[in-house]
Amino acid sequence: MGHLTTLTHPEAAARFAADEPRTHWHDDSLWFMRVKRDRAAAQVPEWERLRELAEGIKAYALANLPALLEQFEKNAAAAGATVHWARDAADHNRIVHELLFAKGVTRLVKSKSMLTEECGLNPYLEARGIEVVDTDLGERIVQFRNEPPSHIVLPAIHLKKEEIGELFHEKLGTDKGASDPKYLTEAARGHLRQKFLQAQAGLTGVNFALADTGAVVVCTNEGNADMGTSLPPLHIACMGLEKIVPRAEDLGVFLRLLARSATGQPVTTYSTHFHGPRRGSELHIVIVDNGRSALLGRDPYRRALSCIRCGACMNTCPVFRRSGGHSYGVTVPGPIGSVLAPTIDAKAHAALPFASTLCGSCADVCPVRIDLHHQLLAWRGDLVKAGHGSAGKSLALRFTAWLFASPARYALAGRLMRLALRVLPAGLMRSLAGPWGRQRELPVAPAESFRDSYRRTHGRA
Amino acid sequence: MAAREEILAALRRNAQPGAPRPVVDGVGARFPDLAARLAEAVTAVGGTLVRVPDLAAADAALRALPIHQGAKRIASLVPGVGAASFDPATVTDPHELEGLDLSVLPGSIAVAENGAVWIEGAKLPHHALVVIPEHVALVVNVADIVPDLHAAYARLDLAGRPRWGLFMAGPSKTADIEQSLVIGAHGARSLVVLLVG
Repeated sequence: MGHLTTLTHPEAAARFAADEPRTHWHDDSLWFMRVKRDRAAAQVPEWERLRELAEGIKAYALANLPALLEQFEKNAAAAGATVHWARDAADHNRIVHELLFAKGVTRLVKSKSMLTEECGLNPYLEARGIEVVDTDLGERIVQFRNEPPSHIVLPAIHLKKEEIGELFHEKLGTDKGASDPKYLTEAARGHLRQKFLQAQAGLTGVNFALADTGAVVVCTNEGNADMGTSLPPLHIACMGLEKIVPRAEDLGVFLRLLARSATGQPVTTYSTHFHGPRRGSELHIVIVDNGRSALLGRDPYRRALSCIRCGACMNTCPVFRRSGGHSYGVTVPGPIGSVLAPTIDAKAHAALPFASTLCGSCADVCPVRIDLHHQLLAWRGDLVKAGHGSAGKSLALRFTAWLFASPARYALAGRLMRLALRVLPAGLMRSLAGPWGRQRELPVAPAESFRDSYRRTHGRA
Repeated sequence: MAAREEILAALRRNAQPGAPRPVVDGVGARFPDLAARLAEAVTAVGGTLVRVPDLAAADAALRALPIHQGAKRIASLVPGVGAASFDPATVTDPHELEGLDLSVLPGSIAVAENGAVWIEGAKLPHHALVVIPEHVALVVNVADIVPDLHAAYARLDLAGRPRWGLFMAGPSKTADIEQSLVIGAHGARSLVVLLVG
């Protein structure tokens, strides 16, 4: 939704990486998050036990989703909230619009919700005359630029402060050339405070929905979810149906993991438990499927539904760090996004499971222990079987298999390659090696093969 | 509600039976001195903690702070702490709270591990009192410090008594511009925990 690009991941990544200093800067920025995460995790001696518990609780929740959702619905309704069900993005957008339309809302403030990005809610509402203001600072920045977030926790991580200063000069009238983050944040605070005061409704995402109490829990550092819901008389909370946790006390596990994994903080600043509407207001909760129920039936990918959207897999991923979130062309990028996107449209996102070194760092940092690199590998197999693999790569692998299947062919190929390395120009050889050869030095061809050497010194092979 | 039935039917069809719900054990944080750890944790999340023997001392300590001395509009939900300039319960529209300089709010549980303080919704005439003021002071009894969030949720017993509330850990903050930490994004620019006892 609102995607920047229809390029494949390798094409978009190549464009990103063409600016080498900027690529290094981006890489370092995200690695800094990874380091902060490591420091925070190391301070909790029972960290690995917490991860196991989080994995187990999520697995239990996924196995019992229908019952837990019904329990949640009953408890939320008892608390005075209204629960809506949306099969897909179209349902979701229509429901939200109807709620706003019924109240004559023309000014909406939103806190962060990847789900509404996924559903393309903003353009839908804007086309119907509703002003939508994203109030998370990073989201407001990318909204001003008419681009999607490049990271689910750090939406504007791809931008330099000078660029944001330029943008704010244009949009908010800040001083030309000013790029001090404190100054720019203060300007955004003043601008968004007015939007909060004028809003007729507030929309939030949901971090956790508690089956045993009917509450939705929203975590922010800025306080924008609390600002956006504490002034206007209408709060709409949109959640993917996998956000359910069985019990309020399970949050002891998840809240200890979430912020540490995301930013290295011990907990988010505001963790608000919305249990029914506040006095004089309405709370509507929209539960969205949009492909999730189908994913639940799909091994091994169902585990991806456990994701709590901390972004740790992005911060650690060597490919994400050097290609940028926008290169993935999907709402949730990085390793988890590369597992999720093909479940929606395998053909369109067939390149994403290949945007990985399979190093497994993502699975190591995942607070709910999703086996991300195994899932990415599984996708590669499934995609090739479904005919979405690269034709060139398949041909090359078939040829290699044919070559390796016969000792005579293998020996002949070795001889030819040693000769070619000696006599053909390096530029030609590198281009024959495909993308692999682009940034690598070619090996120096040995005078003889191991087999020849063995035969010479031992008399026979 | 065709959508509801369709979604639940699809989930029933696709859900795979799994392991039982894990027992949450082996995760309790332990600190030799809860109050000292809380002070460290509150500082780490950008707040300050002032320890005082009683409410009168909390009041004196608060009044000595610049956030109180510079404040014109003060709301206090803790009787005797802070020079309240009006009663927020008499305000009908929360928009009227804009321009509030300081909220003094009761915290019912403080978490030593991470500096988070639980604020009971039922005690607030307006949810906005948490986020709209320039500064927030939370008054917490030393007996209400728990080591970690597991202990906090056990004490809250939200399942037994579901209710609105939030954990607040330090002042509002953002690092969305080149990851530079800036305190005071939308909500409080500072947070002081007055630890009583």
